Amino acid sequence: MKYLPLIWANLLRRKVRTLFTLLSVFIAFMLFAVLGAVDQAFTGGVQLADANRLVVTNKVGLINSMPINYADRIATVPGVSTITWQEWVGAYFQDPRQPITAFGVDENSFLDVHDDMHLLPEQAEAWRKDRQGVIIGEGVAKRYGWKAGDHIPLRSNIWRDKQGKSTWDVTVSGIYHGGPGDELLMHYKYLDDSRAFRNNQVGMFMFKISDPARAGAVSEQIDQMFANSDAETKTSTEKAFVQGFAAMLGNIGKIVTGIVTAVLFSMLLVIANTMAQSIRERTSELAVLKALGFSRGGVASMVLAESLLVTVLGGALGLSLGAGFAHGIGSKLPFVQDFRTTPSDIAIGIVLMLMLGLLAGLLPAIQAMRLQVAAALRRA
Amino acid sequence: MSRPNPVQKPQAGTPLVELHGIRKEYHRGSETVHVLQELNLSIPRGDFLALMGPSGSGKTTLLNLLGGIDRPTAGSLAVDGTDIAKYSESDLARWRARNVGFVFQLYHLLPVLSAERNVELPLLLTGLSASERKRRVQAAMQLSNIADRAKHKPSELSGGQEQRVGIARAIVGDPLLLLCDEPTGDLDRKSGDEILDLLQALNREQGKTIVMVTHDPHAAARARRILYMNKGRLAAEPEK
Repeated sequence: MKYLPLIWANLLRRKVRTLFTLLSVFIAFMLFAVLGAVDQAFTGGVQLADANRLVVTNKVGLINSMPINYADRIATVPGVSTITWQEWVGAYFQDPRQPITAFGVDENSFLDVHDDMHLLPEQAEAWRKDRQGVIIGEGVAKRYGWKAGDHIPLRSNIWRDKQGKSTWDVTVSGIYHGGPGDELLMHYKYLDDSRAFRNNQVGMFMFKISDPARAGAVSEQIDQMFANSDAETKTSTEKAFVQGFAAMLGNIGKIVTGIVTAVLFSMLLVIANTMAQSIRERTSELAVLKALGFSRGGVASMVLAESLLVTVLGGALGLSLGAGFAHGIGSKLPFVQDFRTTPSDIAIGIVLMLMLGLLAGLLPAIQAMRLQVAAALRRA
Repeated sequence: MSRPNPVQKPQAGTPLVELHGIRKEYHRGSETVHVLQELNLSIPRGDFLALMGPSGSGKTTLLNLLGGIDRPTAGSLAVDGTDIAKYSESDLARWRARNVGFVFQLYHLLPVLSAERNVELPLLLTGLSASERKRRVQAAMQLSNIADRAKHKPSELSGGQEQRVGIARAIVGDPLLLLCDEPTGDLDRKSGDEILDLLQALNREQGKTIVMVTHDPHAAARARRILYMNKGRLAAEPEK
């Protein structure tokens, strides 16, 4: 602690240089925090996925549908308990730039299959009874300030009703916590009975199985059941489905790791260069310190402490601001769920800033340690 | 080997520094440079010794050996009864912190620190509390007549004032030995005289043992005795 004024004074020796170095570290760690949130947004769903839940989609792709009567046939497969389905609405509120993740779902079975959703029983009851009722996630409610009882003119960029209107009047029946994510769930029947085309079709079936160990066998049996039909199926666990969905967009984890590694490596070079330059500039001062009795280790520690101070100061600021930014923007991003810097990302960030500081200061510290006092003073 | 200064008699006392058969060699490529050759010297406690001689004669090398910032190639170098020639680098660093104060020609103050922070530097290596360090810094600065410039950065001080801060830094730890390398070499006559007055007072009133390297006979005349160096050897008289 008693060396802190000396270390601090050395950092302030070239204020502009220190400021730029701090800014570089700050931006690198802010990027780290935000990219961590991006990664979390893509992989968070995988962590939330239920191992007992299986998903059936059209084998061709997500935009292709399946007849709703598949539900009855899937339900006959041994091991399948409750089955439900959903259809993508392509919804937005007022402006296409305000999209909402919305599905038409079966109001009677959806909550049974998604038993991780928490909704007040009276709100669940109200939803089931109201054909135009919707339940919304907390994030949607917060973003638009909606509450139970509000009437919403929801618009779809896919579906028109039989009169050609794209507006679907719905009423908020309740607000749920947990579950599949931050979505708006309307009655499938309301959507299907009114829409002008693709009636009696759904995008996805979901069901629970009693024994997760039988997921493979059940999936195979279902897919065989619809083999060679107009709409062949692909059945997988919810986790595999979410992973596959994320993989369609590329391996986000690898991209994020690649960017972060490149940025931090550049930072390592920048700080190491700054520190080396700073040490070169004050060779005689370090020699004087050694002449006064500062040990080799003491002088090296001071150089390392200087380097650490830069990375920890810039890194902590960048990490906190990045995490704060991710938290702030996360609730405003449509379609994106769980956009946040996780505690484990913050812990990794702290370890990285310490490692960066130590590695960047290592070479200059060794230079300072090896400095020959008499020779350095002679040169001065 | 040595001769008493005609004006000032050397103070009687037990030897503080004793050098026997000191040699110092450097290697420059395949060539061996003999900087100090079979040097023998005894410096009593309370002495004020001036070392004179032409450039390259080995004065500063001898000063560096006495201060433990360089090690002899051969010979023994005892300070206060301890042969520091055998010390490891880390032992020497500890020993310097406790026993030696350096005064440099170019002052070598840390430009980023205030005068008082510069003076405090040697005390950071001790276990003294912040308040005790402050007390000692004030005392050393008062003794060096620079207390009124405590908060100033070196760039805000004149050369003479910077050297006073340098002297305060050298004496703040109450070392056994004060080693001055051309302490007035970068100063005008008036400032140089003030610094010499201060060194003389430290020697006479505080009993500090001082070894001073200088080219200036006027400065050397302030010492209790003068030794001359030439080609790595000590002599009582300058070479004609």
